[in-house]
Amino acid sequence: MQRTYELMFIVRPDMTEEDQDKLVANLESQVGAAGGTVKSVERMGKRRLAYLVRKFQDGIYVLMTLEGDGPMVKEVERRLRVTEPVIKFITVRVDEEQKRMAKIKAIRDTKVRGKGTRAQEAAAAAAEPVAATAEPAESAPASA
Amino acid sequence: MADETSNTAAPVAAAEGGSGAPRAEGDRGPRGPRAGGRPGPGGAGGGREGGRKFFRRKKVCKFCVEKIDSVNYKDVRLLGQFVAESGKIVPRRLTGVCTPHQRRLADAIKQARNIALLPFASR
Repeated sequence: MQRTYELMFIVRPDMTEEDQDKLVANLESQVGAAGGTVKSVERMGKRRLAYLVRKFQDGIYVLMTLEGDGPMVKEVERRLRVTEPVIKFITVRVDEEQKRMAKIKAIRDTKVRGKGTRAQEAAAAAAEPVAATAEPAESAPASA
Repeated sequence: MADETSNTAAPVAAAEGGSGAPRAEGDRGPRGPRAGGRPGPGGAGGGREGGRKFFRRKKVCKFCVEKIDSVNYKDVRLLGQFVAESGKIVPRRLTGVCTPHQRRLADAIKQARNIALLPFASR
């Protein structure tokens, strides 16, 4: 069961670029070792924190999108807790949300198409919702 | 004597009647106007103004109108609109957000607070 997670963590502001890269590479290897995959890493840069965290007022935010199962997340979080430069982290599960968004998008796409065109494509639009709800949204743009 | 009895009888009756009437009204009082007051401004805020100064216009849910589906903890600008100066989450009767969106919004704000994007409590 591959679940998609978003892991956002804050690194101390007094870290150099190469140290950050090393840290991220380390994490990626650990994710791989725990049986997951890293989909993307995004550096959000230095931001002012809303409150003092371990006596720091700023922090460097990093966002990672992971794919894996529950125990993998537990392992990664355990390592993050131990890593000294990381001062805060949060893991959010996003695959349910993404599924819901894709569903809404598919419904909206078929609705828009059905309304925009007239009786000619009314039959096609009637056939499309059936296909769109049965299969993922990729079939709808493909058939359009 | 007759006057006394009638006098004593009258105030007693009046007292009873008086206490009876406010008692009944007292039961209906807090329940009646309050029950009538809450659905009133909540349901048709524009239609009924009688005495409620806060609910001028009919509030619409910002998320439903603009069709913002996913409330992410990352977009601080959007979340910040629903957070008071003190950092508290603003109740939905003031912002007009509908219930499912308010729940998701509250969850997102709490996540943002945990990752220091929003404060827990500020001045």
